[in-house]
Amino acid sequence: MKHDNRFSYHFGAILIGLICAAALISIFYTPYDPYAMQSTQRFLPPSAQHWFGTDNFGRDNFSRAVTGARYSLLVASVTVGLSGFCGIILGLLSGYTGGIVDEIILRLTDALSSFPAVLTALVAVTVFSGGKFAIIPALSLAFLPSFIRLTRSGTMRLKTRGFIQAAYVSGASRARIMFRHLLPNLLPTLIPAVVIGLSNAILAESGMSYLGLGIQPPTPSWGRMLFEGQSYLFQAPWESLSAGLMMIITVLGFHALGENLEHS
Amino acid sequence: MKFYLKKLLTLLFTMLLVSVMAFAAFNLIPGDPAQLILGTQATPEAVADLHQKLGLDRSMPERYAGWLWSLFHGDLGTSLQYSCPVSALIGSRLPVTAALALLALLMIFTVSVPIGVVTAQKRGTVLGRLLDSVTMLNISMPGFFLGILFIWVFGLVLHLFSPGGYVSWEDNPAGFFHYMIFPALAVALPNIAVASKFLRSALVEEAQSDYVRTAVSKGLPKHIVLYRHMLKNALIPFLTLAGMMVGEIFSGSILIEQVFGIPGVGRLLITSILSRDFPLLESLVVYIAFLVVLANFAADLLLQAADPRIRVKP
Repeated sequence: MKHDNRFSYHFGAILIGLICAAALISIFYTPYDPYAMQSTQRFLPPSAQHWFGTDNFGRDNFSRAVTGARYSLLVASVTVGLSGFCGIILGLLSGYTGGIVDEIILRLTDALSSFPAVLTALVAVTVFSGGKFAIIPALSLAFLPSFIRLTRSGTMRLKTRGFIQAAYVSGASRARIMFRHLLPNLLPTLIPAVVIGLSNAILAESGMSYLGLGIQPPTPSWGRMLFEGQSYLFQAPWESLSAGLMMIITVLGFHALGENLEHS
Repeated sequence: MKFYLKKLLTLLFTMLLVSVMAFAAFNLIPGDPAQLILGTQATPEAVADLHQKLGLDRSMPERYAGWLWSLFHGDLGTSLQYSCPVSALIGSRLPVTAALALLALLMIFTVSVPIGVVTAQKRGTVLGRLLDSVTMLNISMPGFFLGILFIWVFGLVLHLFSPGGYVSWEDNPAGFFHYMIFPALAVALPNIAVASKFLRSALVEEAQSDYVRTAVSKGLPKHIVLYRHMLKNALIPFLTLAGMMVGEIFSGSILIEQVFGIPGVGRLLITSILSRDFPLLESLVVYIAFLVVLANFAADLLLQAADPRIRVKP
């Protein structure tokens, strides 16, 4: 069992390392210009020149897929960072303060999480109306309840423990107890949630981009590549497949990593 | 009794908050909703006209009260895009999505229970590890990509169904179910992975409890211990998961309906977003959220009925 865990931990780390490296390198170098259209090069199958083939505009799928990795990872990390930051503060406040503050935050969280995450994000994108980055606050709002809940339940569990009461008795301020005493002890549960949150954010972002409500073309994104490739699935399935493959590698990597952090 | 009353009150309060949130989302947006719907090139007359139609000339609380009232009467106003009653639109699309969701739910239950049992039982063996890896891969596979894969493999290559060739229930019930199998499978598979993994860890946890040791040491055969004792207990938390899954299935079907071109509620939702049909969108959103709240409530009640340990004494 232990050996197994180490294996999937390394497996996850390698997958994420690969994707991150590809995304970073794509800033400086891609084999082809991901935006350059060449009408003579349409629907080429995978080959030594075009690893993932070309799309219906003759653009190189591999270059677009790695550039897409950059945007997907960026959107996912900003989203998870934002909702994690707000969620942790609200969760600590709710769990440690208790009383009316807790009741209000809890009820609002319950109501917000009654909307399926994709639905929340879709409505938020519509309401924030357009803007290239509307997807980031939209997804952050959708993932907020899970972070609030997790932090709150952890805080409730810890707050009756001796070391917190000792800090309280010795006159530590509320903020100090929350951020210096509670938060560090919550990190072992929060870090895996952040890693798994990243994979959920990537799934949600590509879903929204597939629907045309996420990252906007011509900026490459995996979701949009899946959508555009779907129309030519019969003659050239590689555009959809390459985007899907990248997505699976990333999500699988974050999952393997997050789960191992959870168990260790 | 007091307990149930409290639960019911919480439910009603949550539903009220949900409706306030949905209403606020569409009414507290910066700028004029009428302007937002019509775009920047609209004439002032058109904007004023839409203002009248949406009732924007009334005060905010008045509008909310009116909207809430009509929500429970099924009189949801007129869709801007389709120019027909919102209730009729939702009514015609809902059975399609309901069929998709039920089919998916059926698949989730029939497949994830055996997989959960086998992976828990065969832990560490080749079969167990293989199934664990499949589950892991499955969790990482987004439903809509699965849908596209199905269209490619089963539709275009193997010709098991014709992609985009949706058959309506009224025309041909058999054809309808035939077309729905792959979309439902695409919705179900990621949830099957989550559910079977959940059941597996619940079973593994049960296996370490005292009553299982007692049952084994008094000589009960393994399968009796598993099915009569452990599974019963492990399935209880599964119930909560099933309640939560209703929301997941809905999220999944929003995308899957788009992938397969199924005219259900999810498709209606996306069209209403793209055409900025706010009256329709507002109602859809609040109804879907109500459904999720009610499903969780039902799961909670079932849990009370199924598990005497957490049942509250009257």
